[in-house]
Amino acid sequence: MIDKDVLERVLAGATKTGADFAEVYAEDKRSTSAGLDDGRIEQVTSGRDRGAGIRVIAGETTGFAYTSDLSEAGLNVAASAAAAAASQGGGGVNTVGLTQSAPHRPNQVVHDPESIEKARKVELLNRMDEAARSFGPEIVQVSAGYGDSTKRVLVANTDGVLTDDEIIRTLLRINAVANGDGGMQTGYQSMGHTVGFEIFDTVDVEEMAREAARQAITKLAARPAPSGEMPVVIKHGTGGVLFHEACGHGLEADHIQKDASVYAGKVGQLVANPMVTLVDDGTMPGEWGTLGFDDEGSRTQRNVLIEDGVLTDYMWDYLRSRKDGRPQSGNGRRQSYQHLPMVRMTNTFVMNGPDDPDDIIASTPNGVYVAKLGGGSVNTASGDFVFGMTEAYLIEDGKLTEPLRDGNLIGNGPKVLQDIDMLANDFSMGSPGTCGKDGQGVPVGDGQPTLRVKALTVGGTAA
Amino acid sequence: MNDTTQELQAIADRVVERAAAGEQIEAFVSRGGETEVRVYEGDVEHFVSAQSEGLGIRVIRDGRTGFAYAGTLDEAAIADVLAEARDNVQFGTVDEFAGLAEPDGVAPTDQELWNDALADYATDRKIDIAKELEKLASGRDPRVRVDDSNYADAWGEAAVASTNGVRQAGRENGCYVSVSTLADDGDGDDVETQSGFGFSVGRQPDEFDLDRAAQEASDRATRLLGATKPASKTTTVVLDPFVTAQFLGVISSTLNGEAVVKGRSLFADRLGEQVAAPGVTLVDDPTNPLAYTSTDVDGEGLAARRNVLINDGRLEMFVHNSYSARRADAVSTGNATRGGFAGTPGVGCLALSLEPGTRSQDELVADIDDGLLVQMVQGLHSGVNPISGDFSTGAAGLLISNGEVGAPVREFTIASTLQRMLQDIVEVGGDIDWLPMRAAGMSLVISNVTMSGS
Repeated sequence: MIDKDVLERVLAGATKTGADFAEVYAEDKRSTSAGLDDGRIEQVTSGRDRGAGIRVIAGETTGFAYTSDLSEAGLNVAASAAAAAASQGGGGVNTVGLTQSAPHRPNQVVHDPESIEKARKVELLNRMDEAARSFGPEIVQVSAGYGDSTKRVLVANTDGVLTDDEIIRTLLRINAVANGDGGMQTGYQSMGHTVGFEIFDTVDVEEMAREAARQAITKLAARPAPSGEMPVVIKHGTGGVLFHEACGHGLEADHIQKDASVYAGKVGQLVANPMVTLVDDGTMPGEWGTLGFDDEGSRTQRNVLIEDGVLTDYMWDYLRSRKDGRPQSGNGRRQSYQHLPMVRMTNTFVMNGPDDPDDIIASTPNGVYVAKLGGGSVNTASGDFVFGMTEAYLIEDGKLTEPLRDGNLIGNGPKVLQDIDMLANDFSMGSPGTCGKDGQGVPVGDGQPTLRVKALTVGGTAA
Repeated sequence: MNDTTQELQAIADRVVERAAAGEQIEAFVSRGGETEVRVYEGDVEHFVSAQSEGLGIRVIRDGRTGFAYAGTLDEAAIADVLAEARDNVQFGTVDEFAGLAEPDGVAPTDQELWNDALADYATDRKIDIAKELEKLASGRDPRVRVDDSNYADAWGEAAVASTNGVRQAGRENGCYVSVSTLADDGDGDDVETQSGFGFSVGRQPDEFDLDRAAQEASDRATRLLGATKPASKTTTVVLDPFVTAQFLGVISSTLNGEAVVKGRSLFADRLGEQVAAPGVTLVDDPTNPLAYTSTDVDGEGLAARRNVLINDGRLEMFVHNSYSARRADAVSTGNATRGGFAGTPGVGCLALSLEPGTRSQDELVADIDDGLLVQMVQGLHSGVNPISGDFSTGAAGLLISNGEVGAPVREFTIASTLQRMLQDIVEVGGDIDWLPMRAAGMSLVISNVTMSGS
């Protein structure tokens, strides 16, 4: 994308006014998306995003500028703007010698989506529309979307780091609306992987569509969710967002260094039930949060955050690890070249526990079973977090009974981690997610086995 | 028109001139920039200064639509984008309603969307403002510290042109400051931390009210210290203006013409009916210069206009862009939205507000024997379903008893349905606040809300 000697000159120029670090992050992304709604392919969209973000650091101050002009002149203009904002530093860096890192490609891509005819992508949507509508006469509306992207990324910095990566993503989603006597209900399914079009050799898209239709129709008979504290069982592969919110964000080193997390100063302490081992792993082949290198050129890795209930480490980016004098963990990420990197999760999951999933429901006299969770959010300072349930059932006498309408669950992170009292052995990864932080969205994965929290507050309207 | 805006219009015009017979083309070209300063403990933590540009081209032929965009205005790239958009046409389904906006003769309301004082504002002073705000916010209360203090401004210019004869260009700029606070109470492992925020917006920095932003950020964090989980009950809530604005944002998606024509609005068949309590009037008015999102034209280049959606509780109309209007056998209400050059126009409210009442928040609270002042909600995106109407969010706030606010509460949810909440509005406050979002806020009293706690 940019020649090595150009990068070396731009980086040297960016630090000549006294900064102690400079970095070029360049990306060239091509994307294709298609949307179906109301029985029609509304349009196919082709996109091209290309540019570079230049970061210059002097002491505690970061200057940042970006440009869509990848010529040496264009890069130098952005570098000067970034350097002007961060020029109060000490010695500066005069010469830069870049060494290309060995490739790290956790993902195998067989069919680059760019090589696939658009007609085949559109066909997936038509097949899903038909499958959802033919599932039942209650289905009155279907929308579906397909998206793929190929993003080439280059990172170079004054520490001599030079990495390149190519990230391919394939995404499919469907939303079904069912109508009944009590109004409308919705069902949703999605899948996303960092692999090519070959994913559709194994994913049954009709089954995805039927599943969305089934959820919507099931909820037509739903009663209002209960209100108040009760045991909550969460189905495997749907509740990773619980950990993402309950502790993941609180383990990001930027929050820790500002003492804005309930987990600050707790390394080595028991923070969860000893059954709980929490991992963030950017190297899982094909998963939505997988990368070869993070967006600062640091190789991704498997990081154990909580081991047998004990907090072992936080997640780190360049800036925060530099401040603490420790290695990076491959968690420096950004939405695009127009954004500054910060500490972010990749694929975050809880490992298997000892229990049988059926026993968990059977041993819960009364409570709520959540078969599908929606999004969530957390206040890292207080630890209070919420997440939505989009398919849930009442548990009565150890059995699933009536479906429940949508609602939020609320809990406090440190307390919920202690309150996980059953953990099954049926681990699976969940649906692709987009994690939002400080205005930036990045793709993340999550996963977990079926589990029970002995008390969570269910936010329904029924007494 | 400014020279650089003129240049964008010329680019859009040149794209449209290349339309072949039987082809409708719309080109949207934009350029924008931002400055963002974040201060922490008296130093600049980061400073972002950049600009970007790009264009999106929509092509319609024989009822089929194709679209492409690129983040550059390079001549060769523009030709590629047009070629890609044309190629994409063949995959669209024939839609008799597909088409671009038709000029409707409505003249845009003149507005001062560009401020030279902001454009010329010195960088050093922007940094000073963020530092000043940090100092003010951390100095109000010994328990309060600042997580970050920010100054941000942005400018943008855009031009749209189409084979239907739409031709509009303009530019705008704006700025705001925000501060996030943390308040601590207790020692060691028993320390409790709560967070708060405050902000101020302006056409230029001299309009900021830094004192108020600092005070609000400090109060929001300290008020919640010592909060407990409340008992579950059904109660009357008073939504703080910031929460009301978020609530209106959710309501607006049910009045969206696209949701209506596609059978996704719970109000689709209720035009003319009483959907809200008497006295409730909901207006979308981007021509109001006080609105943060005020604008002269919508995302398709038609004049933005004042629309009364709910009048005295009665549902009067839905908002439309040209496509949803054509399908609904209506006319565009000037409500095309556009998230930049990378997308085609959607439908949405542009600057929503309830018609304010007359009383202050204190006066509203004074009438309530037993209730809750909701200071913040959490999880609107995960716990509210605008299609079914189910509403459930995490919340934090202060209990109200005998007409006064009292003990702080947190880690609970409030729940109802959107349909019921509109009918259960007891009173709209007079404390209207134009917030940096698509809706204004004011205190709002709603009865029969379920509070789920312990």
